[in-house]
Amino acid sequence: MTINTLSQDGVQRQQMPCLTKMERMIISMQDPDMGIKLRNQRLLITVIPHAMTGIDIVEWLIKKFSISDEEALHIGHLFVKYGYIYPLKEPRHLILKADDSPYRFQTPYYWMSTCWPASELDYAIYLAKKNIRKQGELIEYEKECYNALHKRINHTWDFVVMQAREQLRASKQRRKADRIVLECQEQAYWLVNRPPPGMLDIINHVPERRTMNTRVQLNAEFYKKEIEHNRISLARNRIKSSICLESYVKYCEQYQPHDPIMQGCLPSNPWITDDVMFWHMNSEAVALPTKLRVERWSFSFMELLNDAMGRKEFLVYLEKEFSAENLCFWQACEDVRHGETSKIPEKVGEVYKQFLSPGASRWVNIDSKTMEKTLEGLKRPHRFVLDDAQMHIYFLMKKDSYPRYLKSDLYKNLLARAIVPQETKKSGFPFMRRQRHSSPSPALATQTAEDDGKAKNSNSVKQSNSGTASQL
Amino acid sequence: MCDQTFLAITFGPCDNCTQNKPLMNIYLKNEPINYCSLCVELMACQALAKGETINTLKAESESLKAKLEEERAKLHDVELHQVAEKMEALGQFVMKTRRTLKGHGNKVLCMDWCRDKRRIVSSSQDGKVIVWDAYTTNKEHAVTMPCTWVMACAYAPSGCAVACGGLDNKCSVYPLSLDKNENLSSKKKSVAMHTNYLSSCSFTNSDMQILTSSGDGTCALWDVESGQLLQSFHGHSADVLTLDLAPSETGNTFVSGGCDKKANVWDMRSGQNVQSFETHESDINSVKYYPSGDAFASGSDDATCRLFDLRADREVAIYSKESIIFGASSVDFSLSGRLLFAGHNDYTINVWDVLKGTRVAILFGHENRVSTVRVSPDGTAFCSGSWDNTLRIWA
Repeated sequence: MTINTLSQDGVQRQQMPCLTKMERMIISMQDPDMGIKLRNQRLLITVIPHAMTGIDIVEWLIKKFSISDEEALHIGHLFVKYGYIYPLKEPRHLILKADDSPYRFQTPYYWMSTCWPASELDYAIYLAKKNIRKQGELIEYEKECYNALHKRINHTWDFVVMQAREQLRASKQRRKADRIVLECQEQAYWLVNRPPPGMLDIINHVPERRTMNTRVQLNAEFYKKEIEHNRISLARNRIKSSICLESYVKYCEQYQPHDPIMQGCLPSNPWITDDVMFWHMNSEAVALPTKLRVERWSFSFMELLNDAMGRKEFLVYLEKEFSAENLCFWQACEDVRHGETSKIPEKVGEVYKQFLSPGASRWVNIDSKTMEKTLEGLKRPHRFVLDDAQMHIYFLMKKDSYPRYLKSDLYKNLLARAIVPQETKKSGFPFMRRQRHSSPSPALATQTAEDDGKAKNSNSVKQSNSGTASQL
Repeated sequence: MCDQTFLAITFGPCDNCTQNKPLMNIYLKNEPINYCSLCVELMACQALAKGETINTLKAESESLKAKLEEERAKLHDVELHQVAEKMEALGQFVMKTRRTLKGHGNKVLCMDWCRDKRRIVSSSQDGKVIVWDAYTTNKEHAVTMPCTWVMACAYAPSGCAVACGGLDNKCSVYPLSLDKNENLSSKKKSVAMHTNYLSSCSFTNSDMQILTSSGDGTCALWDVESGQLLQSFHGHSADVLTLDLAPSETGNTFVSGGCDKKANVWDMRSGQNVQSFETHESDINSVKYYPSGDAFASGSDDATCRLFDLRADREVAIYSKESIIFGASSVDFSLSGRLLFAGHNDYTINVWDVLKGTRVAILFGHENRVSTVRVSPDGTAFCSGSWDNTLRIWA
């Protein structure tokens, strides 16, 4: 098992684009004309300079980016979490309150992009300063950190204490107002970089990702391959954008009625109403399929083949046309392509016996060239040996049998008989939940289903903690 | 010895082998290059044509790339949102959390749906892989992997097994047994072996083959039964973070995205890189095919999602907003392809109108990064997994 270092540099690399963006926003917030109006706040008898209220920040964000309250508040939270703005009233509570609570911008010196990662030495000096300034000012977790650091970097402890004393002496020579601001800034920085236990740590460690130059050798061979690849790409046939993009519009319009998230589903979405009728009505072994399902088979040949019931119906039709061996051949080829490697020779042999050998019981009609190539390949059977033949039969069915099936009475009758389920609405009483039954696990290949029947009654607390969508 | 000391005047990364060594500063066709002495020797014997250097090759590659971009631009006669103007705008969009799955003790990193449309498998940082019936929120199976950071997990098409892997550099398949007394780990089968972390894995159309992507810069196709490597895919120049199989008729291609900002389309049979797109400005965290298979979307650390068309061979849409700061970790389409769900590292999920290019909604609820977003197989809901240890089903 390889050990991968949880690199701090890696985190920095991943976060840099976000930090740069945040910093750009912060700078525009501080713009003298277009930014937030900073003012002096009155907090009882003290006057706090260069402060703004939480609601100022939220309103500025709403105006600047045309977003909702919720989103603006969320972005504001991020600024506070990452230490670009810090609260003045409850410094340990790193959240943004959309009221008149005062906040101030953090000085760029302490920004994540400049002063990161926070070193142990600096933290030790900070805690030492706090300790010296006011004995017993360190709170519980800070005391623990202090003691731990004392043990860990004991060899430099004299230096730590000396630095702490020096910094305290230098700060005493400053004006009181400046001193308070500097202390606030420093405290805010450490609250972000050494959060107390229980608070979200934004320095998320991830397994290291590496960029170019370190994983793959950028040597002559690499560039030669790139050049070859680019030459081939240049020669490729491209299609005009207008044609390609038009196809998406068509696709989305065609599938919209089938998209439960876009247009709902009948009788109802099981996740919303706790009613699984939708799944029962669309299961593989149902007696009568729904209209939408049968309609979908007409969208493309692939749709028909992807639905087990569609395949069954198509087989019935082909049997009437005496070309059922085509579909069986196709399925046998799929089995070879996706099955176990060890069984390939055996399966290929079977396919040859049943479908390809002269006088085979279910001989498929392939053109002579493909047949020759396939028979040649059968001497050394591999996973893709039947690909050409399979492709030929696939396109034969697609171009010929499939369109005729869609026009046939068999299909049209099924479509006419197909069900359009009635809509069942969500239960009128908000706290009355339908029982949620478990279903047999697909892993139960041979065992009989042990149906629980036990209801899973989740409590109504669920309603209050659900996430909400914010409309724009 | 005196001669050597005169020559070795600089010390640094060699232009060829990138190792830090004493360098020889020499000129090749008036181009200054810095090779270490070993590479100079090798170069003399290597298969470089007369006068070729790394720099000239690099320059040729760059100029070809520029020409490629020119060619691609020539056929771009209309923008996606212009074509979509005639479509109706989407109405009120309401999606709520319908289930919250609590049970992981640590960050949820990945999840996948079962084809039965209600079961899911999820994996987390502490090595736990859990199979849930998301509808009832019951846990059905649990496995503890011998490694942490299980970044990839996948449900087998039959519903009888799950595959997972991460920092152990392997992808292992666990058959799901319903015998309560059986220890799932005893039946574990090691399938894939990479030389770095496993970032993503996916079964192909059957339980018998698995496609994997890894931090070692490669993707690979494996036979589950024998553990044999069927095909490997080289072409990325950095970690590969994500892959997705094409829903096409012939079922032979897949797309991958990585830390080299490239998204590559591969032919599974030949192992060739058939198409390449390089417009993102940062790591590509997630790629997903549009349901028709003609395009794919990507989510990146540059906080944008982009749509790439395979037939037009270019990027055709960018989904971004000034107020979206953090990268997209995972993307997925709704069933019709009209909506794109993107989970971001700022704990939100953005929902985009794929055709018009506008954001339809922003979903709040998670309390930490959203690491994975997947729409259910029948499109009735989507599931999001997050670093807040929970999974949510939205509908």
